[in-house]
Amino acid sequence: MKALLMLEDGTCFEGQTFGASGTKTGEVVFNTSMSGYQEILTDPSYKGQIVAMTYPLIGNYGVNEEDVESHRPWVEGFLIREKSNLASNWRSTESLEDYLRQHDIPGIEGIDTRALTRHIRSAGAMKAVISTDEAISRDSLLTLVRKSDSLVGKDLVKEVTSDKPQCWNKKGAYKVVVLDCGVKYNILRELAKRNCEVYVAPAYSSAKDILGQKPHGVLLSNGPGDPAGVPYVVETVKGLVGKIPLFGICLGHQMLGLALGGKTFKLKFGHHGANHPVKDTTTGKIAITVQNHGFCVDVESLNDPDIEITHINLNDQTVEGLRHKKLPLFAVQFHPEASPGPNDAKYLFDEFINLMKQNNA
Amino acid sequence: MPKRKDLKKILIIGSGPIIIGQACEFDYSGTQACKVLQSEGVEVVLLNSNPATIMTDPVMADRTYIEPINAEILEKIIKKERPDALIPTLGGQTGLNVAIEIAEAGVLEKYNVEMIGAKPEAIKKAEDRELFKKAMEKIGLALPKSDQARTLEEALKVAETIGFPLIIRPSFTLGGTGSGIAYNKEEFREIAKTGLECSMISEILIEESVIGWKEYELEVMRDLMDNVVIICSIENLDPMGIHTGDSITVAPVQTLTDREYQKMRDASIACIREIGVETGGSNIQFAVNPDDGRMVIIEMNPRVSRSSALASKATGFPIAKIAAKLALGYTLDEIQNDITKETPACFEPTIDYCVVKIPRFTFEKFPEAQPVLDTSMRSVGEVMAIGRTFKESLQKGLRSLETGLTGLIDLKKDVDEFTLYEKLKTPNPERILFIKKALQQEMEIDALYEITKIDRWFLHNINELVEFEKRLVSYRKLPLEHIPVEVVREAKRLGFSDLQLAQFFQSDQQALRAFRKKENITPTYKSVDTCGAEFEAYTPYYYSTYESENECEYQSKAE
Repeated sequence: MKALLMLEDGTCFEGQTFGASGTKTGEVVFNTSMSGYQEILTDPSYKGQIVAMTYPLIGNYGVNEEDVESHRPWVEGFLIREKSNLASNWRSTESLEDYLRQHDIPGIEGIDTRALTRHIRSAGAMKAVISTDEAISRDSLLTLVRKSDSLVGKDLVKEVTSDKPQCWNKKGAYKVVVLDCGVKYNILRELAKRNCEVYVAPAYSSAKDILGQKPHGVLLSNGPGDPAGVPYVVETVKGLVGKIPLFGICLGHQMLGLALGGKTFKLKFGHHGANHPVKDTTTGKIAITVQNHGFCVDVESLNDPDIEITHINLNDQTVEGLRHKKLPLFAVQFHPEASPGPNDAKYLFDEFINLMKQNNA
Repeated sequence: MPKRKDLKKILIIGSGPIIIGQACEFDYSGTQACKVLQSEGVEVVLLNSNPATIMTDPVMADRTYIEPINAEILEKIIKKERPDALIPTLGGQTGLNVAIEIAEAGVLEKYNVEMIGAKPEAIKKAEDRELFKKAMEKIGLALPKSDQARTLEEALKVAETIGFPLIIRPSFTLGGTGSGIAYNKEEFREIAKTGLECSMISEILIEESVIGWKEYELEVMRDLMDNVVIICSIENLDPMGIHTGDSITVAPVQTLTDREYQKMRDASIACIREIGVETGGSNIQFAVNPDDGRMVIIEMNPRVSRSSALASKATGFPIAKIAAKLALGYTLDEIQNDITKETPACFEPTIDYCVVKIPRFTFEKFPEAQPVLDTSMRSVGEVMAIGRTFKESLQKGLRSLETGLTGLIDLKKDVDEFTLYEKLKTPNPERILFIKKALQQEMEIDALYEITKIDRWFLHNINELVEFEKRLVSYRKLPLEHIPVEVVREAKRLGFSDLQLAQFFQSDQQALRAFRKKENITPTYKSVDTCGAEFEAYTPYYYSTYESENECEYQSKAE
């Protein structure tokens, strides 16, 4: 069955239906990771986005019950060059195609994903519609995509955050509340692994609610979309700054940037991949990091001399991390929890533990 | 960390004559290194006994010695030239061995020559089995399980703990007499007994057999600041038990989940750090149990290897060139990625195509050698093919072997059931064609897997070619213009050649080609750019495939 991807600038790609059928709109982005499609699909940060994989052969090792980053896949659509009709791995429990069908995620296979990537690279990430419905004309699809909402200024966090407070790990030396803007399970796993008692708080929680739980530290999670679209979370973060150790990851980093008086801006096509070199400006060491963000903290907007830039992306020199010299808080734009991608930056979780330790001493 | 100023004259050892297992790939890496050192203003002294190489062209080094590669000559050259440093890691195993020899003889100390890239201790740690095992145990990496025994009772106990199949090797024997593989207790008892008798000290080493496990390789680079990156991951289509040089290999890995791949990546980084290769590239090999995913480390080459040359071409990341720069003291972030220009070499290439390497054999030239493959390398060369899918690359690669194949063609002979089974079971140069034969005879993938231990994913892909071929052949009675254009387009996307198609359709190559052109089914060219199109490429190279966008538009001379 034929399927179409129509971009808002009128560029159209044709392929075959893969996964569920249907018509969905979203922002089309590309991801350059060669493995880890199941983690990518289930990462809540992809809410509102149609993801194209640059690696052409997808589905080779199927899906399993362990490699998930949340309870379901969140992408609006999935674009690949070739699906594998056989899943080969000792942990595989299901084929990728069945998994997508089951979760009602439409996909297209057989498209020139490299051409699409090059187009996004030069024209920027843009709105798109994926449709497996041959009855809808190209013109109608174009109208549909042009009328659809843009990610800018939109609150996508409310779609992915947990609806009530939850406990992830009951026992531990440090009590951490994770402000859930769409948290990846591996952030929770990494905290639990380091002997933390872990609670997940919905994004609408107030600073008072969180501090009332008397945690040793708060982790501001990753999440989808534009940080400027969720002013209520920024307010919560403002209420936490200086009162308790904070560690921000990805959207959490941007929220912290905003709470500290900075601004964010949209990147042309974002960073989505597992090979981004990031330099730690204090040690000079370079980590190969996992990245997934379309927005970025504007370094010029942070004029508090107590705020220090701790990490820089070596590809485009954008801000990848910040720290306050006097207050117990730090954040990174990339994903130290990896999954999928390299584990080079896991040491940041240890730094968070140390920060809680020092603050408690 | 900027370039070291104290290295003004550097000695490089080439790899000598081209032999099976050590061919022109080391000329490629050595030449790259010479060029880099010269462009950095370093005086290059080269020793290579093979004048028919590019690296011995007079322009490649300031002084070239075409002399035998041995310790005596090397010492004479050092005495005469007094270089500041010696790079032993770019000339393959020959260079490494002779460098170690003179280091141990105290020659380097005597003339105050520094070994850069890898220190002798690191090389020894990687090459000596016992030292390597200890080093890996220290960082928690498993090797195939093994233990020693001095009596048959002890041996049986060891066999029970490790489990079959087992490899038995007597200690201190000449030429490996008395060793063997046991698949059950009876065989084991027999081989162990002989082994104990053969051993001068009545001792045997019993090792878990990983034959049939999945085989992987990672190409790793490290700089003086301890930054480590993985350049390329490779999965062998042929499982453990066949030399990597004789295996069909694929980049990147295909059948590992990200979790499993990251475990391997972490292990590689820990390995290069523990062994202590200071700068440059290393090749690290792993075996993975297909049933439960248990991973063991097999070996580490603390130097530029055959696979590095492949990995360089497969990713666009010039390993030997960067290794030479790192040896001079540069760090990865100080070196630009030549292809993207704006991003640094400190990153991990991501590829958006599938690379297939196929070995080339010439058993016909060695009538006394059996055309059977095992752990000794027998291929005399290799081809590399790039396409968007494994199927396309496999067919392109087979065609490039210059053995008369036009793709994954039919076996030219009839085989009985027994021969087919034998040819599937015992690895041989034509096994891929026997696999096709088995699939044409409707052998189940699972059954084929049990015989060959080639991962089902590869077998399935080959089967998709077989199935598509059936569909193509079904059009054989139709004139070309009645064959659905989409079918021909799909065939080209799967890597079928015009000649193959012409044969299926009972037409001829020229007619097929004309038909294809008329229908606008023409190749597009995509670039190898290290980054999956994320950044603009300034000096890429191209491969052909059948896609919608062509990146290499023809430019007429007038433009």
